[in-house]
Amino acid sequence: MNDVPWWSSESLWRKMAIWVTAVMAVVLILLTFDTVRQITAGGERVPAYSVINQKIYFEYNDERGYQVPRIGEPAALFGNTHDEESAEALVTLGKLTVQAKNCMNCHTLLGNGAYYAPDLTKAWLDPGWVHEDQREQMMVEFLLDPEKNARTFGTGRRMPNLGITEAEARGIVAFLKWMSSIDTNGFPRGFTPLDQEDGA
Amino acid sequence: MNSATTNVAAAGPLTAGQRVAMHYFVAAMVLFFAQILFGMISGMQYLMPDLFYNVLDFNVTRMVHINAMVVWLLFGFMGSVYWLVEDEAGTDLVSSKLAIINFWILTTAVALVVVVYLFVQVGPGELKSIWLINEGREYIEAPRWADIGIVFCVLVFFYNIAATFMKGRWSGISGVLVLDLVALAGLYLAGMYFTPNISVDQHWWWWVIHLWVEATWEVLVGCIMAWGLIKTLGASRKVVTTWLYIEVALMFGSGILGLGHHYFWIGTPEYWLTIGGFFSALEPIPLVAMVVHAVYDSGRHGFKSSNHPALAWLIAHAFGNFFGAGVWGFMHTLPQINLYTHGTQWTSSHGHLAFFGAYATIIIAMIYIALQRVRGNVWMSAGLADNGWKWKWSLGLLNGGVLGMTMALLVAGYDQSFIERALEGSTWSGYFLAQQSKWFIQGMHWRMVFGAMMSMGIVLLFWDMLTISRTETRPVQELSPAPG
Repeated sequence: MNDVPWWSSESLWRKMAIWVTAVMAVVLILLTFDTVRQITAGGERVPAYSVINQKIYFEYNDERGYQVPRIGEPAALFGNTHDEESAEALVTLGKLTVQAKNCMNCHTLLGNGAYYAPDLTKAWLDPGWVHEDQREQMMVEFLLDPEKNARTFGTGRRMPNLGITEAEARGIVAFLKWMSSIDTNGFPRGFTPLDQEDGA
Repeated sequence: MNSATTNVAAAGPLTAGQRVAMHYFVAAMVLFFAQILFGMISGMQYLMPDLFYNVLDFNVTRMVHINAMVVWLLFGFMGSVYWLVEDEAGTDLVSSKLAIINFWILTTAVALVVVVYLFVQVGPGELKSIWLINEGREYIEAPRWADIGIVFCVLVFFYNIAATFMKGRWSGISGVLVLDLVALAGLYLAGMYFTPNISVDQHWWWWVIHLWVEATWEVLVGCIMAWGLIKTLGASRKVVTTWLYIEVALMFGSGILGLGHHYFWIGTPEYWLTIGGFFSALEPIPLVAMVVHAVYDSGRHGFKSSNHPALAWLIAHAFGNFFGAGVWGFMHTLPQINLYTHGTQWTSSHGHLAFFGAYATIIIAMIYIALQRVRGNVWMSAGLADNGWKWKWSLGLLNGGVLGMTMALLVAGYDQSFIERALEGSTWSGYFLAQQSKWFIQGMHWRMVFGAMMSMGIVLLFWDMLTISRTETRPVQELSPAPG
């Protein structure tokens, strides 16, 4: 059986399979080091948790050709300015609650999750909160009693009561505010943020 | 070498490995049923939002729907590997007792997790909820204690399989299979820690999800396919093994960096737009190779197979994998379109066809191969009792149902992308406006119609599995090597 051409021989493709896999794995690992460095909180793409002490805008950037977050003037969350440690603790409580309440099986976060309820990537900046002065309070009230404060926009889909406490609700709001500051390469496309008074 | 396994084709009691496999197959089918049941409830909740409101909400029904799927596919894979390991290694399973104990531990853990999902559902925002109730991360929601249990059980499984090959003989198929299982088990560890940083969270989460379903699972089914074609068609091992190596090279060559198509919008650097777009656009190529390989081999053998239902499901796998994972994936994989389709019903359209086409189909094929042996190595080729209407109709209903559902969700997804993203600026009011558009709602209705079709298909499939060839007396069709 020497009539098999070299390019279709078993041994050639065995070597190809091994080499291609190894090279790709090495490239992925190298890229992973760089990516993880860039997405660690406190970097340019993913701001430090204390960003919750500041205003966040989402604006068109000429150079990049899409909208990017801009960190603005100080704007304390719930009237408190947090140091890095307490900001991280608050966002951590929010993230833990988001996981423990299984939000991701109705909503998407950064576009990943389920499609039964709206995306939360820019929830903090959604014009549905009408005015920035009432936003924090409205968000907390909604989370505490989503049944009574249902916002179904005519679909009849209501968020269930998940037994969220006030502290957890504040944590979720902090988490959402922080998430809205992540540089998502322009996602979601063409987002129209809430009007905010720009003190810049 | 034990005589029971030197010729597994001989009728008689099942071998130890085959008995273990049957446990996994039965559990897989029960979970398949649960997947469809909870999928139907989730689908209904789009049309009747008050259905089970505050009792069994969408986040729970949908979680059970997708978790049942992940677990039944894993059970199906483990069953398939237990089924083929003795034949491929030419020796007995190293420890069938360990395999059975392992099966019951895993099954009990799965049952416990589901009970907690259904009756506890959510917990307070503390680490203990993540350890005990649910991790709240799509597809890998299983609480941490179960994660550790899964890793333990997979290691036991791995030991049993690798040790069996070491005791018996190695082949190209088993070599690829064992290395792939190492990667598959290791990757799960990437999904087992908590971080408040959602970008870091999703970055590692995709290591599990993507490198499972678009890399290691694909190679695993490549191995099963290779073995399946040898068994049902009598395909040449040399040809099949060469194809398997080609598929591994193409699959890992495109799929490992194809991971980048999940790194477009989660905070990860901009270079992923180029890398992810380029390599994921190549991902359909190995799937084309798999179709060519399956159809070419079948044609070469004149479609004369020892097991018609299994071969039909293997071919359904080749095409389902190509269309579901390949074509449907490619359609929205470039960042220029994904910016609009990411996180819409578009993704669920792709998910339904890809998971069913790539994975459900091949496990069903393996179960038919197993059933032939269970029924005593009888005839399962052309001219079955009642003309084999049950397997043919269930094949048609399940594949037709999933295709119809895929098209319905695709229409809804196009509509949603266009209205919510392109026109309405991706706000919440834009989201809800899209959800109320006529085409979107029509899509949701048609999805239910085709879901009902699938439900009929699964009932018929179970009926067929319980009855096929029970009264058959003809021996299995002899296979001949390919002509020329």
